[in-house]
Amino acid sequence: MSEKVLIKGNEAIGEAAIRAGCRHYFGYPITPQNELTNYMSKYMPEAGGVFIQAESEIAAINMVYGAAGAGARAMTSSSSPGISLKQEGISYIAGAEIPAVVVNVMRCGPGLGGIMPAQSDYFQAVKGGGHGDYRNIALAPSNGQELYELTVKAFDLADKYRMLVMVMADGALGQMMENVEFRDREEPLIVEKPWAATGTGMKREKNSITSVYINPDELETVNNRLQAKYHEVEENEVMYEEINCEGADIVICAYGLAARLTRNVMKSASAEGIKVGLMRPITLWPFPKQAVGALAEKTDTVMSVELSAGQMVEDVRLAINGKVPVHFYGRTGGNIPTQDEILDKIKEVLGKEKK
Amino acid sequence: MNYEIILAGFGGQGILSAGRIISVSAILEGRNTTWFPSYGPEMRGGTANCHVIVSDDEIGSPIINNPDILIAMTLPALEKFEKVVRNTGFIIADSSLIEEERLKEAKSRVFPIKATQIAGEMGHKAYAMLIMIGKLIKETNIFKPETVEKALYEVLKQELHKLVPEEMAALSAGLEM
Repeated sequence: MSEKVLIKGNEAIGEAAIRAGCRHYFGYPITPQNELTNYMSKYMPEAGGVFIQAESEIAAINMVYGAAGAGARAMTSSSSPGISLKQEGISYIAGAEIPAVVVNVMRCGPGLGGIMPAQSDYFQAVKGGGHGDYRNIALAPSNGQELYELTVKAFDLADKYRMLVMVMADGALGQMMENVEFRDREEPLIVEKPWAATGTGMKREKNSITSVYINPDELETVNNRLQAKYHEVEENEVMYEEINCEGADIVICAYGLAARLTRNVMKSASAEGIKVGLMRPITLWPFPKQAVGALAEKTDTVMSVELSAGQMVEDVRLAINGKVPVHFYGRTGGNIPTQDEILDKIKEVLGKEKK
Repeated sequence: MNYEIILAGFGGQGILSAGRIISVSAILEGRNTTWFPSYGPEMRGGTANCHVIVSDDEIGSPIINNPDILIAMTLPALEKFEKVVRNTGFIIADSSLIEEERLKEAKSRVFPIKATQIAGEMGHKAYAMLIMIGKLIKETNIFKPETVEKALYEVLKQELHKLVPEEMAALSAGLEM
C-alpha cells in the first residue's frame, strides 16, 4: 500500500519509524524536532507501542539501550545540544553492539546555540562524539521522501550490523512540508535476534549485554571484531548520488539541505555557461571515499558547501588526496547560504569575473 | 510548471494554512510541492511567512530567494519581500490593510485586493486568504478551483468542515477579481 501526503519532515521520520516496526520511542523535547516527539506521542500508542517522554536526553538514550538490548526496534530523537548529552549512551550502545536509531535534527551551535538549521554536527556523528574506537552509520536525507525511506533503512541497517544508526536531518528539513509517499515494505519484517536479553526460558544459556571488558586482550578482541564489522559496512553500505560530474567546471560536494541548494545553483550556473556537478553523500559514514576520490579524474575543481564552518570538507580533502584543489563555502549561526552566494563563490574559485 | 510563492503577513491571518492549502491542492493534481515556514527569531513580533513551491519537476531548495508571486497581507510583509520578486512576477496585496498609494510604489505588477474587508463582509476575516488564493488561480491557473475544495477538507480540522462552502464562496469571489 502506498499513499502520497503533505507532511512535515519531522513527522515523516515518525511515520517511517512506526512503519519500520519501531514500537519503542523515548524522547525529550527540543526545537526544531518537537513535531517528531509529538507525532510519536500521538501515534505510537495507536500502533500498540511505547512512547515515553523521558526525564532527560540521557535517560532517553539509556531507555533505548535497554529496549533495544531486549531485541526491540527502539529510537530516540533530539537536536544538537540534546545529541551531545546522549554521547555516553551512544558509545555504550556501540560497545555493547546494540542496534538502535538516533535522529538528530541539527540546529546551530556550539553550546545552546540557536534553533535555526545547521550541519555542524558532522564531526560528532562521523568521527565519534563519544569515547572509544567506534563508528556509527550516519545517513543524510535531503528531502521528505528520503527522511521517510532512510529512517526505515536505518532500522534495517542497525539490525543487520548490530550498530547504532544516526539519521542526520536539519531544522529546515524537519520543519518543512513536502509530498511524501509512504510505501509499506513488500515482505513482512523478520529479524532474528538470538543475542537479545529476552530471558532464557530455562532453554538456553544466558545472553549478556555489556561494554565492560576488564581484561585487555578480551577487550582488544572485541575491538578487532568491531573494526572488522566497520570495514564490512564500508565495503557494502556506501550510498551517494552523483549528477553531471564528468567534465564539470566544478563539482560541489554537499549533503542534505546544502545539496538541495546546490541543485538550484546548477541551473543558474548553467544559464551562465558554468557546468556544475553535484556529489551528494547519502551515507556520511561510511563516507563515499572512492567516489569522491574519483572526482579528481572528472573535474579540476571541487568545493564542499555546508551549513557549517567546514567539517565534511576534511573528508573530501582526504578522499581527493591533493589531486585537485578542494575549496569550501559555508554559513553558520543558522544562516542558510543563498544560491547567489554559492554561485559567486564558484565564480571566485574558477577565477571568472563576477557579473 | 514551476511556481515559487511567498505568502507573508501577521500570525493569525492564516498565512501558514493558506500555504498548506496551496501545497495540498498541488499534490491532488499530481505535482511536487514544498512548504517552508518561518520559524525561530523571524516569528518574533508576530510576523509569519511561508515559502511554497509547486512544480512538475523535482524541487531543489525549499527556500525561495526570488518568488514569482508574493501574497502580501500587511505592509511589513510587502516591505520585506517586494524587492526580491522576479521581474516577470507579481504581487497580490491586501489593499484593505495596505494603502493603495503605497502599492503604486512597488516595482512589480500589483493586484490590489480588499481581501480582509470583503471577507469580513462575507462573514469572517479568516476567509481573506481564500480570496487571495482565488486571485492566484485566476492569474496562473496553478490548479483547478474545485481542487481547493478537496484540499480544504484535508487541511481543515473536522469541526471546521462545515465552513468549506463559505470558504469556497470566498475563493469564487477572488476568482472574479
